[in-house]
Amino acid sequence: MSTLVEIRDLLVHRAGRPVLEIVHLNIERGRVLALVGPNGAGKSTLLLVLARLIKPERGDILLNGKPVTGLRDREYRCRIGLVMQDPLLLDMSVYENIAIGLRFRHVPGPESVRRVEAWAECLGIQHLKTRKAATLSGGEAQRVALARAFVLQPELLLLDEPFGALDKKTRTELLRDLKALLPTTGATTLFSTHDDREVNALADSKIELADGKIQYESSV
Amino acid sequence: MLFNNPDVLEITLLSIKVSGLATLISLLIGLPFGTLLGLRKFPGRSLLLTLVNTGMALPPVVVGLAVAMTLWRSGPLGGLHLIYTPTAIIIAQVIIAAPVVTGLTAAALQALDPRLRLQLLGLGASRLQMVLSIWREARLPLLAALMAGFGSVISEVGASMMVGGNIRHQTRVLTTAIVLETNKGEFASAIALGILLLLITFLINFALTWIQQRGSKR
Repeated sequence: MSTLVEIRDLLVHRAGRPVLEIVHLNIERGRVLALVGPNGAGKSTLLLVLARLIKPERGDILLNGKPVTGLRDREYRCRIGLVMQDPLLLDMSVYENIAIGLRFRHVPGPESVRRVEAWAECLGIQHLKTRKAATLSGGEAQRVALARAFVLQPELLLLDEPFGALDKKTRTELLRDLKALLPTTGATTLFSTHDDREVNALADSKIELADGKIQYESSV
Repeated sequence: MLFNNPDVLEITLLSIKVSGLATLISLLIGLPFGTLLGLRKFPGRSLLLTLVNTGMALPPVVVGLAVAMTLWRSGPLGGLHLIYTPTAIIIAQVIIAAPVVTGLTAAALQALDPRLRLQLLGLGASRLQMVLSIWREARLPLLAALMAGFGSVISEVGASMMVGGNIRHQTRVLTTAIVLETNKGEFASAIALGILLLLITFLINFALTWIQQRGSKR
């Protein structure tokens, strides 16, 4: 299996102190990698660095063997999908929310419609398309956030505690659906979590982070 | 009787033109500057926010004094011959309204979840697309900023009087006309002009509120 992302000698500072130090990490193409560890371990920071939303002090990130510094921020971000713990939907319809990343990337109308329809159906939110985002329940909103990322067909999918804000029942349902859907996306996926059930259900391997450093990496 | 007076129509139209233009220019300055202050963190940002917030409470008469001294024949910009022109009033009103629009824009954007900006960029938005999406998200408080900016200049009298001079057919606006009529003891005319000013303010704010509330129902 080939490497999609390689991280070398990465150091991230926040407020003058190191919050993430990764000597070396390979992320294999098509794999699902769970990031576990306590709050403040550096899980979200790693995801935001991989989204190029936080600039590291030093270190290299290689995508398909090439340094990402060769790509402009937006060019790089158009190859990833990002879902945060809170859905962060915009004050517009569900359909418009799902399609917004496609609009940013100037994906033509018919293709955009096809992708939105397909993923809305896969995530069971087809019937909500005309609803305003503000009227959705937490679980529905997170499904919209996932659809918004999936329609982009990202090479690298970054999920920051995607179930963290959901109640137990909603979390179980969404976990079941995501387990079935993730392999169909073909995306290399990194997700952060505190829950072993999520790791066991979704991940091929996991990394334990503590104090911004990798403690161990293991298969699931 | 007052409303058949061609002077009243002229004064009313000049008031709307001057304050409308001043509000528009303030929006062009305040929206980008307020966005910068609301979204970006940089050294000196707190100081700039404090200055802008102080500017929101600038007494119009002090603004009028500063602009009059600048545009006065012997002042640094006296050569432009702008004193006692509608342009001078617009300049003074921009100085009054721009901090209002800037400060309220910054506050509106600071009230949004800071992660929203990261999420939009993470979805592949360009800087411009991100800012436009953020403006759309904050459209209700941004329209309120616009209304507050317009309200601060359509109703001010000190600056308009000092830099415009209340010259008939040239720089007389509704507020300065009200002062003149009151000084002459023509209270009926002053009251009628006051009602007209309130009516215009109401109609413009009604239109903006309608746009604002239509946006909130979408």
